[in-house]
Amino acid sequence: MAEPIDHANAAPAPADAQTTRPATAASPDLRRRDFLQISGGVGIGLIVAFALPFAATREAAAGPEAAGDAAAARATGAMPASELNAFLRIEPDGSVVCSIPKSEMGQGVLTSLAMLLAEELEVDWSKIRSEHAIANEARYGRWRTGGSSSVRETHDAYRRAGATARTLLVAAAAERWQVAAETCRADRGTVVHAASGRRLAYAELAERAAKLSPPAEPALKPRSKFSLIGKDLRRLDTPAKVDGSAVFGLDVRVPGMLVAQVERPPDLGGQLASFDAKAALAVPGVVAVFEIPRGVAIVAKHFWAAQSGRKKLAIRWTPGPHGALDNEAIRKLCTAAVEKGAPVRTEGDVARAVASAGPKRTLEAVYDFPFLAHATLEPMNCTAKVDASGCELWVPTQSPTAAADAAAKILGIPADRVRVNTTLLGGGFGRRGDSDFVEDAVHIAKQMKAPVQVVYTREDDMRAGLYRPTGTNLMRGAVDAEGWPVVWEQRIASQSLLREKGWPTKDGIDFAAVEGVKNLPYAIPNVFVSWADVVLPVSIHWWRSVGSSQNGWVTECFFDELCRLGGKDPLAARKHLLKDHPRHVRVLEKAASEAGFGKPLPKGHALGIAVHESFGSIVAETAEVSLDADGTPRVHRVVCVVDCGEVVHPAGVRHQMESGITMGLSAALWGEVAIEKGRIVTTNYDRYPIARIDQTPRIETFIIAEGDAMGGIGEPGTPPIAPAICNALLALTGKPIRRLPIGRVTHMT
Amino acid sequence: MPAYTLTVNGERRTVEAAEDTPLLWVIRDLLNLTGTKYGCGAGLCRACTVHLDGEASFSCQIPIAAVGAKRVTTIEGLSPDRSHPLQQAWIEEDVPQCGYCQPGQIMSAAALLARTPAPSDDQIDDWMKTNLCRCGTYNRIRSAIQRAAAARADAKVGTRSDAHDEEPSHG
Repeated sequence: MAEPIDHANAAPAPADAQTTRPATAASPDLRRRDFLQISGGVGIGLIVAFALPFAATREAAAGPEAAGDAAAARATGAMPASELNAFLRIEPDGSVVCSIPKSEMGQGVLTSLAMLLAEELEVDWSKIRSEHAIANEARYGRWRTGGSSSVRETHDAYRRAGATARTLLVAAAAERWQVAAETCRADRGTVVHAASGRRLAYAELAERAAKLSPPAEPALKPRSKFSLIGKDLRRLDTPAKVDGSAVFGLDVRVPGMLVAQVERPPDLGGQLASFDAKAALAVPGVVAVFEIPRGVAIVAKHFWAAQSGRKKLAIRWTPGPHGALDNEAIRKLCTAAVEKGAPVRTEGDVARAVASAGPKRTLEAVYDFPFLAHATLEPMNCTAKVDASGCELWVPTQSPTAAADAAAKILGIPADRVRVNTTLLGGGFGRRGDSDFVEDAVHIAKQMKAPVQVVYTREDDMRAGLYRPTGTNLMRGAVDAEGWPVVWEQRIASQSLLREKGWPTKDGIDFAAVEGVKNLPYAIPNVFVSWADVVLPVSIHWWRSVGSSQNGWVTECFFDELCRLGGKDPLAARKHLLKDHPRHVRVLEKAASEAGFGKPLPKGHALGIAVHESFGSIVAETAEVSLDADGTPRVHRVVCVVDCGEVVHPAGVRHQMESGITMGLSAALWGEVAIEKGRIVTTNYDRYPIARIDQTPRIETFIIAEGDAMGGIGEPGTPPIAPAICNALLALTGKPIRRLPIGRVTHMT
Repeated sequence: MPAYTLTVNGERRTVEAAEDTPLLWVIRDLLNLTGTKYGCGAGLCRACTVHLDGEASFSCQIPIAAVGAKRVTTIEGLSPDRSHPLQQAWIEEDVPQCGYCQPGQIMSAAALLARTPAPSDDQIDDWMKTNLCRCGTYNRIRSAIQRAAAARADAKVGTRSDAHDEEPSHG
């Protein structure tokens, strides 16, 4: 037998790299204000907004084991790091480590949230390190990364945490010097007493500062004094991402670790009938084969042994009950439901306005949107260790506290006995908010009594469900005698995310299914919107920009169709009907001018424009598009203008816009999960293409940040790109695109 | 189980593995060099790009038995200290978002610059279209390659010897 994994040379697990302390259980002496306020929010569910997000007592601030650490430090002569609060500790060498309870999935939270802390702490950016915190609900509340919320929901809390630490350091210096704190000030990692010229480094003050009582309301810096917020600082996680040292979930190596794959039923709703593992177990390196709730686990010493064993598994599955299901059948189910929806928005009198407009000034259309996979480049995975003391996870997850809950439920232990080490995420986009991969890992690790890394192959990952919901829209619009839109009727039928997730709906309406439509901003006098749920045997999930990912497309494309019917210029018509939405008009005007609307384009090129508000930000995008000889759309250039209010990290905003646009472009051009005979048949990037460098346009992003309320960034870039492309194609060909993906466009006028 | 001796990042390493084991899993699981990534297992995403005798190769499709005496270079072996002009350019341009595909992107780009020291944007697109990035960092990848190419040209004009030229597989 081979002994393939060289554990002696294993890279340190993230747990070692990320923290020097064991997990802290909820400290019994936490005071009321230490607890986090959980409030309802927009976008992806509940959002944590904390009032004072750090421990207020000395014990809680330093952690219950701090006293022991200090004693150990005295014994060894080594100085421990001083934890000033749950987010900040100062190392003896003066470096500052930010503990961030938000998942880094590319959106830059390890940088932007650290900027907020460092701004108030008054410390050089070069001294800052940033890492994921260890999930701890008592300290940080529910850790959920989504809804484009990380910065906008917590920026003041992070600033307060930095300001509190600064105040404590100043107080420690004042105490040392026996002067009033008001006569001292923080200055780039030191405290200065100007009158006497004395100066002490934070590292010299941190141990004492950690023992002082924090102020109730620390003074925050005025905006005019910002030296970091609003600057294009380099991301803190970049160096490790260019030399291979960054630790993603699949890079975790725990001593004695085994690797597992899970074979799932091929049919939707299929079940395991029986399996014969003899041949699989004969493959060198295969250690065990057994049933878990989602299928058959193959555990081996490394990935390739698991894969090889899996190919030798003889499994009988019972067929699923949806043998006739395919994309066309699903479309029919949606179409059958579309007129049975509950009203979401009713204004004016649609029927009368349609009758008055007459058939020549009325337009009906059906818009269909498909299932989409997240297709993160790092497939789902989780490493789990289960022993008598509890469970430890190393996992790229957007929801570490939910991961802990999932593990605790399976093991029948309290969630605080599950330690979650959050690795870097090789993409998230909503997918990693679920815990299916965590459950698989815990089930297997529980049986193996050894650490196990569950790896979804690309095929497993893409077939695992949890897609952006599919659905259909029955649209009816009408224009008045002057050509202005006067009727907007949108009947939506789609699979409900809220129902699938077991979340409450309001008045029977799934807000995620109607976002962007319920709040359609155009001044159209007669509006009717309804929504109907469609129950399908395919699991669905949050996908970047959620309901806006399809609703932005439908509304902005149908708007251009109405403009065409009424003989109106789409840009002028938008500005006319958005008079009460000056921020919308502002991004539209900027985008149009940067894109060169009204100027000559190369032959065969056309421009489309779209605007959409989601997650508190308003984004306009233009697409300059042409068609290749075979009808393949080519997007040459995209201009994006985002109004997201105050900006912490402008480069991060631009990068997120580019990212959201590229993801939305891939979805518009090719994105569709295919179902045939009751099975998911889309299994890899050949059938689920995502944009390559030569298919990605030049993207220019402009930020309007003039002090409006801070908006989200991770998602709002996605919705406008599909309609911008389709509207350009409409201008080019005269034919609307009413079904995604676009694929090839064969109808030229 | 046969034994194979490979030259990886200049070191000779002997592993026992089934002959169909893809080089990717030898690198990741047997040699514990985790910078080379698994993305698709089908040669579609090229997150697994390494160099074999300097040629960009997708390690998920190359069985260990086919490696022979070819020198394997992974992202960990591109430079000892992130000093390769592409790594520097990647930092300067702030290229990565999630970062998962970036080792493969950088290894592909290194092979490009080895054969085309001053590529045009079209040449970059044509070469780099093998590598998928789900975060959409392509605009910055292009800029970073141009920056690295320019930095190399400057270094060659100057008197400073370029340490990476000692390793011809990286150009």
